[in-house]
Amino acid sequence: MSRVPVPCHVKGTVTLQVGDVRTSQGRPGVLVIDVTFPSVSPFELQEITFKNYYTAFLSIRVRQHASTHSPAKWVTCLRDYCLMPDPHSEEGAQEYVSLFKHQMLCDMTRVLELRLILRQPSPLWLSFTVEELQIYQQGPKSPSMTFPKWLSHPVPCEQPIPLLEGLPDPSRVSSEVQQMWALTEMIRASNTSTRIGRFDVDGCYDLNLLSYT
Amino acid sequence: MMLLTHSHTLLASPPCDAFLRLLDGRPVGEQKELLNKWNEMGTDEPDLSLFRPVYAPKDFLEVLINLRNPNYENGDSLSFRTHLGLIQVPLKVKDIPELKECFAELGLNTGQLGIDDSTQVPPELFENEHVRIGQKVLAEQDSAAAQQYIRQGSPTALRAELWALILNISSQPEDILYYEQLKMNVIQHDLLVDSLIYKDVKLTASNDDYYFVFEDYLYQMKKQRFRTQAHTATRNPSQICQFSSPVLLCFSRDTSVLGHFAYNSASPPKSYIRGKLGLEEYAVFYPPNGVIPFHGFSMYVAPLCFLYHEPYKLYQIFREMYVRFFFRLHSISSHPSGIVSLCLLFETLLQTYLPQLFYHLREIGAQPLRISFKWMVRAFSGYLATDQLLLLWDRILGYNSLEILAVLAAAVFAFRAVNLMEVTSLAAAEAVLADLSTLKVMPLLQIFLFATVT
Repeated sequence: MSRVPVPCHVKGTVTLQVGDVRTSQGRPGVLVIDVTFPSVSPFELQEITFKNYYTAFLSIRVRQHASTHSPAKWVTCLRDYCLMPDPHSEEGAQEYVSLFKHQMLCDMTRVLELRLILRQPSPLWLSFTVEELQIYQQGPKSPSMTFPKWLSHPVPCEQPIPLLEGLPDPSRVSSEVQQMWALTEMIRASNTSTRIGRFDVDGCYDLNLLSYT
Repeated sequence: MMLLTHSHTLLASPPCDAFLRLLDGRPVGEQKELLNKWNEMGTDEPDLSLFRPVYAPKDFLEVLINLRNPNYENGDSLSFRTHLGLIQVPLKVKDIPELKECFAELGLNTGQLGIDDSTQVPPELFENEHVRIGQKVLAEQDSAAAQQYIRQGSPTALRAELWALILNISSQPEDILYYEQLKMNVIQHDLLVDSLIYKDVKLTASNDDYYFVFEDYLYQMKKQRFRTQAHTATRNPSQICQFSSPVLLCFSRDTSVLGHFAYNSASPPKSYIRGKLGLEEYAVFYPPNGVIPFHGFSMYVAPLCFLYHEPYKLYQIFREMYVRFFFRLHSISSHPSGIVSLCLLFETLLQTYLPQLFYHLREIGAQPLRISFKWMVRAFSGYLATDQLLLLWDRILGYNSLEILAVLAAAVFAFRAVNLMEVTSLAAAEAVLADLSTLKVMPLLQIFLFATVT
C-alpha cells in the first residue's frame, strides 16, 4: 500500500523529572516529544518511522478530532513499546523502527496531534531521543485494473493436431523457444553489476596511493 | 554503529621503508619459472628482510581497548559503570544458562566425538552409530542435516566431505576454471601484498611446532607428491608453505571476496589508477579482494591443508570459511560473533564464574584478555593440537557461530585456574598458558558449560 508523508512540526523535547531539573546527580529518564500538523486537516495515520537513539521504551498518545462539540481528548495508542530489550546494552539502540496503524490500540482516524513519551531507565546513557521522525498517511489507492474477458476466462484448449512421425512436439518446442527468448530479453534489459573477476581497469593496475576510509 | 578511534592509524604506516610499487607486471621468464615452481613455492621466496607485517593481533587489541561510545557514561573514576575487563563497550553477551540452551548438543547426555570416541569407550556405544548416520547424511547430500549432525563432531574420514556439504562447495568445472584463472593472475602480476603473505607464511605456519608434532595423529602422506590419493599425510613446515602460499596468493586476487563487504562493517581500501585520482571509473580496490593480511593470517589456511588435497577445493573451502566466519575475527562490529562481542563474552564469563581468578589476574597486571585474544583471533589455529582444532571448527560450522571460541578460552582459564592463582606477573601467567597442545577441547567445553557448580 502506498504511503504519503505528512508534513509535521516536531517540537523540542521536554524532559520530565521530579524535583530540580538542574541537578547533575540524576538524569531525566522520561522525555516528551509533541508532534503537531499545522497545515494539514485531521488525517488517518498509516505509519510512523524513526531512527532510535538509545530510547528503551516508547508510548504514544494521540489527540483525535471528535465529531461532536466535545473537546478532543488524548488517548494512548501505544503503551511501553520496547525498543531496547536490555536497556543497559547496545542492542536495538540505533535501529530504524516502523510502527503501523494495526499495532495501535485505538483507530487512528482524524489525527490532530501526537505525543511521544520516551523512557530510558538506565543511568548509563548520557542522552536519548528519536531521530528522523516521519509520519505517513495512506496514499491514493492504485487504480483497479479490469482484466479483459478473454484473460480471466481462458478458452479451453483445442485438440492438438496429431504428431507427424519423428518431429518433436510443437508445443514443447514453442515453450522452450519462448523461454530462451525471455532469457535473452532479460539479459538485454538487465544492467548487471556482477563482477567478471578482473581487478584491473583496461589492463592497468598502476597504483600509487591507498586510501582507507 | 559507534564511533571508532585510532582504527585507521594502524594501516597508515607503510610495511617497508623502501618505496615499492603496489603492483608489478612479471617478466615472461619469471612467469614461466613461477608456473613450474607452483607446487614448491615455499622453498624459494624473495628477500623479505625489509618487510614486516602490517599489523599483529596485539595492535588490533589496542584498538579494541580504545573503542568508546560517546553516549556512554564512562567517567574517569571507577564506578559501577566501568567494565573491569579491557573491553568498555556494553554489548549484549550470553551468560551460561543461555549458552547451555544454545549449545544443547554439547550436553552431558549427548554423545560427542572428542569424548565418547576415546579408547576406553567401546565404539558400539556411540561411535559406530554416529559414523553410520554421517554416511547416510552424505549419501542424502542434505546440507542442513549435515550442519545438525556435525554439532556432535565429525568422524575423520567424513570430515572433508561434510564441511564441503555444509559450506555448499561442489566442485563444478567452472570452479576449477576460476581457480586456474586466479593462478594465472598470480603468475602474471606480482602484488606488494604477496610479500606480506610470503613473510607471514614463513613466520607463522612454517615455524609452527604443531605441524611437526602431529605426524602421528594426522594423515600420513607420501612426502614427495603433492597430488596423491592416499588418505594419510605427513606435512612438514615447507609443505605447509607449499599449500598455504598458493591459496593465499590466489585469495588476494579474488574479486568475488569483495561481496562479503555487503555484510561486513569494514570497507575495502580503495585506490585510483595513477594519475586518475578521484575519477570513479578508475577506482580499484587494493588488494583486489579488499582484505589486507595481518600477522598470523595464514594460520586460517594451515589446518585446512590437512583435509583437502586438490588445490581448487582447498581454495574454495578456505574462501567460504573466510567470508562466513573468519572475517569477523578481525573486523570491528557489534555482531554477536564479531571479535568485540567474543572478547566481551570471554571477560564476562570469567568475571562471573571465576571472580577470584579474574580479580587476582587483574591485580597482578595480567588482564586475561591480553593472553586469550591471540587464541580467539586465530580461532585457536596453531595453539591446539590439529585434531582438537578440527573438532572445534566442526562446532563452529555446526552452530554457525564463533561464540564457542570465547567459551573455550574461558574454559582453558578455568582448567588452569589453580596454577594461575599462584602466578605473580603477566609473564608467568603467559607461561602457564603458553602450551595448549595437550588440551582436549570437548571435555573442557562440556565441563565448563554443563558440569561446573555455579
